[in-house]
Amino acid sequence: MAKILMKGNEAIAEAAVRAGAVNYFAYPITPQNEVGEYLARRLPEVGGVFLQAESEVAVGNMLFGAASTGKRVFTTSSSPGISLMQEAISYMAGAQLPVVLLNIMRGGPGLGGILPAQSDYFQATKGGGHGDYRLLVLAPSTIQEAVDLTMLAFHLADKYRNPVMIIGDGMIGQMMEPVEFPDSYTEPELPPKTWAATGADGRKPQVVKSLFLDPIALEKNNILLHEKYQAMKREEIRFECYKTAPKNKILLVAYGTMARICQTAIDELEGEGISVGLFRPITCFPFPEEALYAEATKSNIETVLTIEMSMGQMVEDVERVVARQRPVKFFGRTGGIVPSPEEVIQQIKQILASGQPTKVKV
Amino acid sequence: MKQYEVTMAGFGGQGVMVAGQLLAYSGIKEGKNVVWLPSYGPEMRGGTAYCTVVISDVRIGSPIINNPTACCVFNRPSFDKFAPKVKSGGLLIVNSSLISASADRTDITQILIPANQMALEGGSVRSTNVAMLGCFIAATGIVEHKTMLKVLEEKLGAKKALLEINMNVFDAGYHFGISAVGERSHA
Amino acid sequence: MQSLTTTFTRPEGLQDVVTHYCPGCTHGIIHRLVAEVLDELGVRERTLGVAPVGCSVLAYNYFNTDFLESPHGRAPALATGFKRLRPDMIVFTYQGDGDLASIGMSEIIHAANRGEKFTTIFVNNAIYGMTGGQMAPTTLAGQVATTCPMGRDTGKTGMPIRMCELLSGLVTPAYLERVAVHFPQQIIKAKKAIRRAFQYQIENKCFSLVEVLSTCPTNWGKTPAESTHWVEENLKSYFPLGVYKTPEGAK
Repeated sequence: MAKILMKGNEAIAEAAVRAGAVNYFAYPITPQNEVGEYLARRLPEVGGVFLQAESEVAVGNMLFGAASTGKRVFTTSSSPGISLMQEAISYMAGAQLPVVLLNIMRGGPGLGGILPAQSDYFQATKGGGHGDYRLLVLAPSTIQEAVDLTMLAFHLADKYRNPVMIIGDGMIGQMMEPVEFPDSYTEPELPPKTWAATGADGRKPQVVKSLFLDPIALEKNNILLHEKYQAMKREEIRFECYKTAPKNKILLVAYGTMARICQTAIDELEGEGISVGLFRPITCFPFPEEALYAEATKSNIETVLTIEMSMGQMVEDVERVVARQRPVKFFGRTGGIVPSPEEVIQQIKQILASGQPTKVKV
Repeated sequence: MKQYEVTMAGFGGQGVMVAGQLLAYSGIKEGKNVVWLPSYGPEMRGGTAYCTVVISDVRIGSPIINNPTACCVFNRPSFDKFAPKVKSGGLLIVNSSLISASADRTDITQILIPANQMALEGGSVRSTNVAMLGCFIAATGIVEHKTMLKVLEEKLGAKKALLEINMNVFDAGYHFGISAVGERSHA
Repeated sequence: MQSLTTTFTRPEGLQDVVTHYCPGCTHGIIHRLVAEVLDELGVRERTLGVAPVGCSVLAYNYFNTDFLESPHGRAPALATGFKRLRPDMIVFTYQGDGDLASIGMSEIIHAANRGEKFTTIFVNNAIYGMTGGQMAPTTLAGQVATTCPMGRDTGKTGMPIRMCELLSGLVTPAYLERVAVHFPQQIIKAKKAIRRAFQYQIENKCFSLVEVLSTCPTNWGKTPAESTHWVEENLKSYFPLGVYKTPEGAK
């Protein structure tokens, strides 16, 4: 199929439909409204369900009910809305329901602003709601990758019977890039959804729940969940290295749109004879620990510089992985301000000169 | 060309977003990489709605461009905001119908085009954006004239009368641009 | 010799288990009425129940149908999500007064207003049972609860919420009826209402809700017998029984 120019929000919506997810529940919030607007037209065409709920609290719980049918369901929102869904996300993780959630992140905390940010990394990767659970977290950096990862997200949600979250900053939602949808979509076969509630016709009643009052049963469920997360760590790690070379002294670590900005900085520095590489996690959970450790501890690397549109969240994972083998520095902007390639270049030059990044002047 | 960036800026209703999209579509048609990034949110309500289009032969990194190669400014607030940001050696296209000023810079090329007037003469003031676009393409050669015409037909072809106006105004803008920068081989 | 015949059995819709409900609590009766109706309508095999948080949180262990266990108050949202994707199935929520009229007020109003085609069994006993007798949104004026030990002060906490009356203010068609189960004749009427509610769902007509006045001897501090009389003398006068709305318009 030919490439078409699409806004990130619309491309993601179409990708979901192509992956057979035609059941959508959501509540309006900027900067991801185009998803719902697109699907309100598109889903009736394919016999799907589109429902604008009364709140994000209701959305999360509608997803719980809808996912219990065994059909593919999803929602999209932005930071404050995702916070309101945390209750249901925890319940769905506990009840092992496959569901896909997209967070087009905006600046926080609180109502914050509506401009791009990456300040929900902790919320997405470290839990968000209560209890011992994880989401599988995917972070696209281009619209094409957003399409590919959205389609993959539904497969992974079903494969692991676990909520999957796609995190994109506001730019992933708002910008337009050429995208290509596969002519026909196929995915590896998955076992039948024998856990779904379909009516106790000729079988015992099926209960979809996260309640385990017996501590032994609850611990068993937690161990089962933990084993799934370990399996994700073995099978689902995704990352990209950009211009990592033996002469580099600095390794940048960034994800999403921030990684693209780092690429521009790297290309420009290359013109000045300064060689820098980039490590870009595509899965934020599972975090590409082994791969990052291998890159960061190569003998030529002197400093690891993490760059985010936050006050420093993923950097804690980077520090954990690099574990004092190399100094880990951080540079970030927040509130909807996006670090420019020039700022990234300045940080790199500063580190090369003095070993320290400069402070942000506001 | 390796990479070219242009910011289109004006107030809501002047068609700056559409102009950027038409350019992006043309880039795709010619097999190039493109990114179109809009301003969004409260900015849309004020004086300057804008979008930035990056067209490149290579993989595009940052979608955010602080100093674009070119700016097309449709109104005064946009002129004030973006004229100083054009990269040295770059291009500034000014809608002189609404902006009675030119940038105090000698390191860039400036074209003052009465885009509103040309659109009005062509049949609709709403075609101001294609006049600006025509001028931009003539001045830069970033995509071919015929590619743009094809895109106009595809995207605006539903209403025949409107398409004709747009085609004519686009050509008027294009010829204005050609005469402003001199005859070019690609024309 | 006259042959013996079975005249009373456990409905198919209930599992053969002992419930955790307190002596004198009428949840058991209400469970049974719902199960009998599912049997009689022949829909048990295609029914999904949604259990709340509250005393009936374990309802999924008692009904012989598929079940979802919902977060507190969100049963109507779960039911909406499920029913929209499986309109061929019969879906009911089973909720108490704290679940439905307090934390879940938003979900029930919007589900009713959208005219979701599921049935809600709303069990109102004017108190929080599972957590130990705190004030509920339906606790009567002056009624003692652990969080209003001097009796409910309506000057500070407002008047008890009448859900049938409140929901009947919505313009969207619905079937709303309030019943009780404290005396045999009331139980017979309650079953008729529950059956009618499911019938409307089977016909894909409208949202349906049956509010059932129930008892809580444990937290009311009364014997089961005293509790039935307390329903008759107090609850019933503030929460009048009857049909509040039908999709046909007439009451």
